[in-house]
Amino acid sequence: MCLLTKGCEMSTQPNRLASGGQIDRSTRVRFTFDGRAFEGHTGDTLASALIANGVHLTGRSFKYHRPRGIYTCGSEEPNALVTTGEGGRTEPNVPATMVEIHDGLVARSQNRWPSLSFDLMAVNSLLKPFFPAGFYYKTFMWPRSFWYRLYEPAIRRAAGLGTVADLPDPDDYEHAHAHCDVLVVGAGPAGLMAARAAAETGARVVLADDGAVPGGHLKGENIEVDGQDGGMWARAVCDALAGRDNVQFLLRTSVFGRYDGLTFGAVERVSDHLGDEGAGLPRQRRWTIQARQFVCTTGAIERPLVFEGNDRPRIMLAGAARHYVNHYAALPGRSVVVATNNDDAYLTARDFVHAGAAVTVVDSRDEKHVSGNALLPEGVGVHYGHCVAQASGRTHISSARLADIAEPDHIRAELSCDLICTSGGWNPTLHLLSHCGARPKWNAAIASFAMGKAEEGVHVAGGAAGTFDLQKCIEEGARVGAAAAKACGAKPARATALPTVEKRPVYGIQTLWRLPDSVSKAGAAFVDFQNDVTVADLELADREGFGHAEHAKRYTTLGMATDQGKLANVNAIGILSEMRGTPVSETGTTTYRPLFTPMALGTLAGQRQASEFRATRRSAMHAWHEKHGAVFIEAGLWLRPYYYPRKGEDFAAAVKREVLTVRAGVGMVDVSTLGKIELKGPDAGVFLDRLYINSFSKMKVGRARYGVMLREDGMVFDDGTVTRLAEDQYFITVTTANASGVLQHMEFCHQVHWPELDVQFCSVTEVWAAMAVAGPKARDVLSRVVGGIDVSSEAFPLQSVADGTIGDAFARVFRISFSGELAYEIYTPANCGLGVWEAIMAAGAQDGISAYGTEAMTVMRTEKGHVAGPELDGRTTADDLGLGRMMSQRKDYIGRWLAQRSGLTGTGRVQLVGLKPVKGGDTFRMGAHLVTEPGEIGPDVSQGHVTTSVYSPACDHFIGLALLKDGRSRAGERVLVVSPLHDEQVEAEVTGPVFVDPDGERMRG
Amino acid sequence: MRYSLSSIIRNAASGHRHWPKVWRNPEPQKSYDVVIVGGGGHGLATAYYLARNHGITNVAVLEKGYLGNGNIGRNTTIVRSNYLCSENSQFYEHSLKLWEGLSADLNYNVMLSQRGALNVFHTPAQRDAAIRRGNAFSLNGIDSVLVSREEVKKLAPLVDCSPNARFPVLGGLLQPRGGSVRHDAVAWGFARAADTRGVDIIQNCEVTGFRIEKGRVRGVETSRGPIRANKVGIVVAGRSTLVARMAGLRLPIESHVLQCFVTEPVKPVLDTVVMFAAAHFSIVQSDKGGLVFNGDLDGYNSYAQRGNMPVMSGVAESAVSFMPRLSRLRLLRHWGGINDMTPDGSPFITRTPVKGLFFNGGWCYGGFKGTPASGWTFAHLIANDEPHPFAAGYTLSRFETGRVINENGAGPQPGKH
Amino acid sequence: MQIHCPWCGPRSLDEFEYGGDASKTRPSGKTQENMEAWVDYVFLHDNPAGRHREYWQHVGGCRSWLIVTRDTRTHEISKVELACASSRKGAK
Repeated sequence: MCLLTKGCEMSTQPNRLASGGQIDRSTRVRFTFDGRAFEGHTGDTLASALIANGVHLTGRSFKYHRPRGIYTCGSEEPNALVTTGEGGRTEPNVPATMVEIHDGLVARSQNRWPSLSFDLMAVNSLLKPFFPAGFYYKTFMWPRSFWYRLYEPAIRRAAGLGTVADLPDPDDYEHAHAHCDVLVVGAGPAGLMAARAAAETGARVVLADDGAVPGGHLKGENIEVDGQDGGMWARAVCDALAGRDNVQFLLRTSVFGRYDGLTFGAVERVSDHLGDEGAGLPRQRRWTIQARQFVCTTGAIERPLVFEGNDRPRIMLAGAARHYVNHYAALPGRSVVVATNNDDAYLTARDFVHAGAAVTVVDSRDEKHVSGNALLPEGVGVHYGHCVAQASGRTHISSARLADIAEPDHIRAELSCDLICTSGGWNPTLHLLSHCGARPKWNAAIASFAMGKAEEGVHVAGGAAGTFDLQKCIEEGARVGAAAAKACGAKPARATALPTVEKRPVYGIQTLWRLPDSVSKAGAAFVDFQNDVTVADLELADREGFGHAEHAKRYTTLGMATDQGKLANVNAIGILSEMRGTPVSETGTTTYRPLFTPMALGTLAGQRQASEFRATRRSAMHAWHEKHGAVFIEAGLWLRPYYYPRKGEDFAAAVKREVLTVRAGVGMVDVSTLGKIELKGPDAGVFLDRLYINSFSKMKVGRARYGVMLREDGMVFDDGTVTRLAEDQYFITVTTANASGVLQHMEFCHQVHWPELDVQFCSVTEVWAAMAVAGPKARDVLSRVVGGIDVSSEAFPLQSVADGTIGDAFARVFRISFSGELAYEIYTPANCGLGVWEAIMAAGAQDGISAYGTEAMTVMRTEKGHVAGPELDGRTTADDLGLGRMMSQRKDYIGRWLAQRSGLTGTGRVQLVGLKPVKGGDTFRMGAHLVTEPGEIGPDVSQGHVTTSVYSPACDHFIGLALLKDGRSRAGERVLVVSPLHDEQVEAEVTGPVFVDPDGERMRG
Repeated sequence: MRYSLSSIIRNAASGHRHWPKVWRNPEPQKSYDVVIVGGGGHGLATAYYLARNHGITNVAVLEKGYLGNGNIGRNTTIVRSNYLCSENSQFYEHSLKLWEGLSADLNYNVMLSQRGALNVFHTPAQRDAAIRRGNAFSLNGIDSVLVSREEVKKLAPLVDCSPNARFPVLGGLLQPRGGSVRHDAVAWGFARAADTRGVDIIQNCEVTGFRIEKGRVRGVETSRGPIRANKVGIVVAGRSTLVARMAGLRLPIESHVLQCFVTEPVKPVLDTVVMFAAAHFSIVQSDKGGLVFNGDLDGYNSYAQRGNMPVMSGVAESAVSFMPRLSRLRLLRHWGGINDMTPDGSPFITRTPVKGLFFNGGWCYGGFKGTPASGWTFAHLIANDEPHPFAAGYTLSRFETGRVINENGAGPQPGKH
Repeated sequence: MQIHCPWCGPRSLDEFEYGGDASKTRPSGKTQENMEAWVDYVFLHDNPAGRHREYWQHVGGCRSWLIVTRDTRTHEISKVELACASSRKGAK
């Protein structure tokens, strides 16, 4: 009797069984596949819904564009990859087996043109004789120019399966952390028991499973546990677990990788299955899970048998086929051949018979080794000692041709059928066990790989341990769960009694890697489906010397498709071993790498993407800058005002005005981004002496001075101002770019080199807002606004510091100058920054004060020959920069000794110089190089480069700083400044680096 | 068998059943003129050029595992020659020229694909640094073009060039001849060509010691017995320290993990190699359709060929922030290779204090793209006992003198390059 | 990977930054003759495959520099000390 439903539903879901399954039949979910509308139920995957609707052809393979159908029911699916969603939600290469259907789901097949059933690219299949493994290495070389003109573009065009979205992704992602005593991965029978046993001790447990419903293989089995349906039993256990405070149950969560120290990465599909109802939720959530003990109950994955045409639609793994029948009540075929080399597939035969299908079993083993046949109802035919040698049909199979194992050359029978269920045995899922380097070993009893001795903190049970008996899975799970909890120090608890399950045949297997090649002459017995790797390809690889498993993988691309060889690898190793006549145990596996299943980049990035990719830092005065039209520039993570254009001004005009305002009147610049570090303690001065090339321990309180630090290798590291605030208190500024690096360096020096020094320090960068007021009228402006400080030149000379107030705010005023003008830097608590800035602006209004940006600052520091970032490029010494005289001869400091190496002190070093164009109107740019002869090319042609170039309003022509080979001795010499990138060349004269006020009268004014 | 149109057709007709082994699997002899320790890309290239350029064919390449098992098969396959320091630019330009003729030279298609290598910059300071570099390339005869934001958009439409990006794109520096090569094919092509010229490639043969007499190398001890040779080259990047230590050498090298990442294959979306100044991140699309990424070093000394999660998150963040359309594309796999990192970011091709013993290593990020020139210049050094002019700066003594070749200006900590 | 900071307890890798080989102390060199020791200290590290004493800083926490003993083949950490405590001990 056929149990297929009758009546109105017939038309929409012709292969849906009338009863059974864990789908919600009260719902009707509408979706489309390749534009056709279909209906399914809540609880269906796209794969199960398509099967219920009689759709089997779902995709095309990568290389030969062979028609392919649904092969599995899990994340290992190699064939049924589809594109879901539209616009920015377009998602390529999604396994239909992992997509839960929801109203409005749109899915499309891939890698075909013009349509799935008629794919012109399938012509590749005809050229197959010319395209064996590794063919491209031998070909496409003649004539030479055709490679890049013709062949390579053609190969590239053929690449890929799906297509990436043409718009940015509108959905949100997040990253969450979980910490637990015991992480259990896989909520099958072993995992559930492990989680329960661990939870009962009070240990903190995280249980993760990639399914939408817990139960693992139980879901797809027609089996009773403790007298109830196995799937329902699993749900009941989960419900009980989920009610506990110490258990976090993550469904729809794939653990994709295990990293050092029991750190795991996982992805939870939060709202993919909700369609429009998921609005407001993140699409997916990435988890970082830190566990103290790991229980691996990831189950096992079935491997196919390898025979001619084994890739056709309507050929399916035996376990998956019965999963569709039992869990989804979807019948993939009515006339079924079950091809197997083990006893597990007899469950498939039995369940299909129960569902009303006609079934024949083809078992490669001799009858005396078979126990599964006890399950078969009367009348089911079994061909012992036979195998399927060939499947016929194109987009759907029509028959299976059988051969006698003893004489595989002769086809013995042809069975017409609409489904072949194939089982070559089960492979424990070892990925998470081997991501951290452990190597699996061959286990002859299960004819697959398993882990040897478990690593510390790692437990394995159930299918992943090679245990295929359900009762044993349950017992093992409970045992390792309790052991893992105990290892975390949990007290043993009285455990709930373990359930009992009905007895099933013992799993037995005899390997059947492939048929002798005489049968598969056409070479279409597939080992890796998606990448179209056949037995013939492996033979060719071995023949040419690529027989090592890693060579074969790389030569044929086996195992490199989106399923990462989950179906193919063990078969390939078996086949290679057979070809080479070496035992499988010696061939060994290739290395498992994360990710277990591919994960979306957006999910892996979590919330740190787009505008949140990196923090954006803004100073306390940012709002003012915005209001006053500043154009901002990125400086590390900071946004700084670049210049403040006024109506009708371009960049050059604005910068020129800002510079002239400072040089003639007064201007103000936001310097809050400077790194600021405060030091306190009796040894603070000594500490600074050891960090800087110059000395500060003897500097008077209330004084400030320029300082330079080196790296230990003698190169300049950073520069800034050092101020002595009190006998035992200093304040230093460091460059914006190096702020965090200098602090780390200081912490290293103190904690590692000189812990005996009594000094404490910390970063106060965010504590202070800072601004520099510069120009001949700076003192006038400050005198109007600063309280508590006599700013007269006598009372407050250059390089001094004093504390006062501006309005109600505390203000620490430094008289230091980067611009070369009479200048002050004002530091005020960050929350007062805006108020102080505005107060100074108001006080300076009568003098025409104007804000200036970083570019005006650059112009003025260049005019003064002060070095900055472009000169401190990590390759220059203090001497290169003209700062050699600052290097103390009387003390030890970081970098002192290595700065004296012969290659850093002799001739041939680049040195800081000034440059001015010979013809007044000429310009040159930063990054241009200095050469002596035009048009030459070679390693010694460049004599140096322009580090900084600006238009100097003071000089009324371009000026530059440059690093020039032996530059200091070349003043007055003419060089060519060239920028081949721009086809530019101008003549320039080498000068000293200071262009304005070389004696510093202005800043002393 | 030489690969040609006729050999392809002949073999296709006979079902590919008559292709010979691409290399022999010889037993080690007792003695060779030259022993190369390490059957990776550089070792095989060295052996090939010893035979091809210098007529030295009595050569053994000793490989601990299977040939091509090291970084030649674990990189992002990018080739380019745009290096700032003259020593590097000469060397890598020579390498790129060799790449350009390699398929024909080896009679093995290494699938060189010169679709351009683009360095994207985001700020005026980065632009100025790029101009400095680009001009340095040009003055060294290396092709180099400054491109505008609009041109970046055209070259790599995948890249977010909008002003809303966290680090908006300002422009780029393009080396049109940059591109990618099928990495495994390089090892196989060199191996096949070296083998054809008589070089013995001996796999599963681990060097366990060096025979050194009176400051002169006399041979090596191996897991398959002693082998005599008066010239021995060590080319084992990733394990340089350990192998060199057996010969009593101390090296300025640290071993660090560099991870590679590949996505699922998709239809072509990215033609050029793209690198971003705002993060240590590069991307290239392979001929199979996978997008291949590189990020930062994992950051600590390691000999374990596996990566950590923070770096994986970091590259995913970079990928979707620079190229938002990739958000729903899935990362397939990531793995780690062991990089020899040096205090200045540049390699060694050099004599050692032991006469007749030569060292090649310290490749940092440049190992793959340097493969042909490394073999070429190392073969020159071994054959003539004189450094090749293009590799003369790659000495071990440069840290004593301070004449370092510091490409990016980072400090002496190898992991910071 | 987690590092057990002596102050903060077990914390995740991304809170720490690596500082390299910790097996040497900075030469106390006052004279230029000591150049060899300096070159050795700054540029030559043992780089063992196995146990490695190395500096890490808990930058995302207490900012202590630590000396971590870690196996470079397995990444397994066997010991964590405060660098300042270790330096003081060494000085005595």
